[in-house]
Amino acid sequence: MSTRDLTVPVTAPATPWRQRLGTIVPILVLAPSLAASFVYVFVFTLWTLYLSLSSSSLMPTYGFVGLDNYASLWANRRWNIAYTNLFLFSGFYIVGSMAIGLLLAILIDQRVRGEAVWRTIFLYPLAVSFIVTGTVWSWLYNPVDGIQAFVRGLGWADFSFALTANRNTAIYAVIITGIWQSSGFAMALFLAGLRSVDPDLIKAAQIDGASVSRTYRKVILPTIAPIFLAVAVIQIQFAIKTFDLVAALTRGGPGVSTTFPAIYVYDLMFQRGQIGEGAAAAMMMLAALAVVLVPYSVWIVWRRRAEGRNG
Amino acid sequence: MSALMIRDLHKSYGGLEILAGINLEARTGEFVALVGPSGCGKSTLLAMIAGLETVTSGEIWIGDRLVNSVQPKDRDIAMVFQSYALYPTMTVRQNITFGMESRGVPKAEQAEAVKRVAALLQIEQLLNRKPGQLSGGQRQRVAMGRALVRDPKLFLFDEPLSNLDAKLRVDMRTEIKKLHHRVGKTTVYVTHDQVEAMTLASRIAVMNQGSVQQFDTPKRIYDRPTNMFVAGFMGSPAMNFIPARFTGSTSISVRAADGGDATLALAAPLPAGAPKDVVLGVRPEHIYRFTTDLKSRKPAVEPMQAPVELVEPTGAETLAVLRLGDLEITGRFEPDDAPVMGETITLGIDMSRACLFDPATKALL
Repeated sequence: MSTRDLTVPVTAPATPWRQRLGTIVPILVLAPSLAASFVYVFVFTLWTLYLSLSSSSLMPTYGFVGLDNYASLWANRRWNIAYTNLFLFSGFYIVGSMAIGLLLAILIDQRVRGEAVWRTIFLYPLAVSFIVTGTVWSWLYNPVDGIQAFVRGLGWADFSFALTANRNTAIYAVIITGIWQSSGFAMALFLAGLRSVDPDLIKAAQIDGASVSRTYRKVILPTIAPIFLAVAVIQIQFAIKTFDLVAALTRGGPGVSTTFPAIYVYDLMFQRGQIGEGAAAAMMMLAALAVVLVPYSVWIVWRRRAEGRNG
Repeated sequence: MSALMIRDLHKSYGGLEILAGINLEARTGEFVALVGPSGCGKSTLLAMIAGLETVTSGEIWIGDRLVNSVQPKDRDIAMVFQSYALYPTMTVRQNITFGMESRGVPKAEQAEAVKRVAALLQIEQLLNRKPGQLSGGQRQRVAMGRALVRDPKLFLFDEPLSNLDAKLRVDMRTEIKKLHHRVGKTTVYVTHDQVEAMTLASRIAVMNQGSVQQFDTPKRIYDRPTNMFVAGFMGSPAMNFIPARFTGSTSISVRAADGGDATLALAAPLPAGAPKDVVLGVRPEHIYRFTTDLKSRKPAVEPMQAPVELVEPTGAETLAVLRLGDLEITGRFEPDDAPVMGETITLGIDMSRACLFDPATKALL
C-alpha cells in the first residue's frame, strides 16, 4: 500500500507593511484620547473613591478611616437638603422641560407659518450659558427691580412675585429657570422625531377615524418613544451636574435652601478644606448618575440584541 | 349605480397643475386601475378620493354623496398604502382594531370582525406579533386586513405591491384578484406596473401628465389604444411605431430594410380626412414569420423583408430585434420557430391588428 503525501507545505504570506500600517494607524490616532479618557474617568474616579475613605482635609492624605466621611456627610442637614433638592429639581426639571418641549414641538409640527423663526426663538436659550441665564433670571426674580417691581409699577400695588426671597419657594425659581433653558432643546429633538414619522401612518390613522389627539397618543408618540428616553437621559445628567445655574441665580440661598450637591462638593473641597468628605459627596453624585445611566445602557444593549434577533 | 364618480377634477399647487380635468367613474363592485408613469398624478388623484388632499375644483361622488369637503374618516373608504403604514408599536390585532376602536365599535363586535378577517387572509397565527416581526408578504396581508375589516364602500390601493420582490408580487397579485372576487367591493388601484393593471382591473384609466388618456377595459386599451402614449405605455415589449405613407385608399408604404418602399395592404379602408403621413403601430406578437399557410389562415398578414439584428430568448418566447431602414422593431416568436441572428427573414405583419396614428396629434385614426 502506497500513501501519497497530500499535505503541501504552506508558507504564510508575509503581511505587506502597508496592510499592517492600516491596522496600526487607527490605534495610534485613538490612543491619546483613549488614554486621557481612561486616566480622567477611571483613575480619578478610583482616586476620589479612595479619598472618600481617607482622612484628607486640606490636602489629600491617605489615612484610612472607612465610611466615616459618608456618616458625617449624611449627618449634615445641609447635605440632606442638597440631595433632596437634586431629586426635586431633577424630577420637575425633566418632566417640565419634556412636557413643554413636546408641546412646542407638536404645535410647530402643525406646519405653522414662519416655522424656522419659532424654532430659533425656542432653541435660543440653549445658546446662552447657565451663568448668563442664572444672572438674568436673578434680576427678574429680584423683588426690588424684577418682575414684581415692573407689575407694581403698572399699578397692581400689592402684586407679589418673590420666589427667590423665600426659602420654601426658591427651589421652584431654579426649576422654572432650568425648564426655560432646556425646553427648546427638548423641542428640537422631539420635532426631529415627529418629522421622522412616516406620513402614511398619519394618513392611515386619519382614514381609521382617529382624532388628532388620539393619533398623537396612540400612533405618533409611541413611535418616537426612544426619543423620550434619549431626552430624559441627557436632561438627567444636566440636572445632576447643576452648579453654575444655581451659583448665578441664588448662590444656594436663601440660607441653604437651594444648595445642590455640586455646590456642596465645591464648598467642602475648596472652601472648607474637607477633601475627604467632599470626595464622599462626589461619590454620592456618581451613584445618583449611575442609578439612571446603568439601566439605560443595559436597556440599549438589550434592545440592540432584540433587534439583531428580529433582523 | 356607480360607487365612485369624478367630474372635471382639478388639482394645482400654486401655479403648478397636477390634475387637469379628470373624469372617471367606477360602477359598484368594479376594479378600476389607475396606471401611468411616475409623476402623472395618479397617486394625487387617489389621495383626493381618500380625502387626504384638498380638491382645487371639480366633484368627487362616493355612492350618492358629494364628498369634496367630507373628512377621510366619514367617506366610508379603506386604503392600503405603498409602505403598508402599519402602526409599528401595535400588534397585528391592535392594528386591525384601531379604526373600530376610534369609532367606538363594541369589543365583542371587534373580536368577531378580527376573527373573520384573519380567517379570510390566513393571518390568525400572526395576530399577536408586531409589524417589525413580519415578512413583507405578511405585512401586506395585515395591511389588507386592516382595510377589509371596515367593510367600506370603496377600497383604495396605492401601489401596494411595489415593495415586494418579483415572485411575491405575482403571488400577491393573484391573491388580490381572488380576494376581490370573493369580497366584490368597488376598488380603485394605483400602480405604475401595466401588467398589474391589465391582470387585475375590469377597467383601466391610463394617465399621463395630469389627465386620463384612455379609460376602458384592458382588452380595448391593449387592442385599440386611443393614442401613441397609451399604445407605447401598455404592453411589454412596447408597440412598434413605423412611419408610413398612404399610397391608395387601402394601402400604405413603409421604408423597407433595403431602403426601398414596401407596400402593405390595409385590413380596413382608411377613415376620411386622414393625413397622408401616418404612424403604423404593430405589437411584437403580431409579427410572424411569413408563410403561405399563415396567409391562408390570416388573410390580413402582409409580407415584408427584414434582417435580424439580435435574438433574445426568454424561455417561453423569443424576442427578435429586426432592422427596418434606420428603425429597429421587435418581434415575438415561438422559440422553436425563432429566427437566428444575421438571417434575413420575410415577416408577416398582421394588418388586422395594427393601429394607425396621426403623427401630428398622436391620436388613433
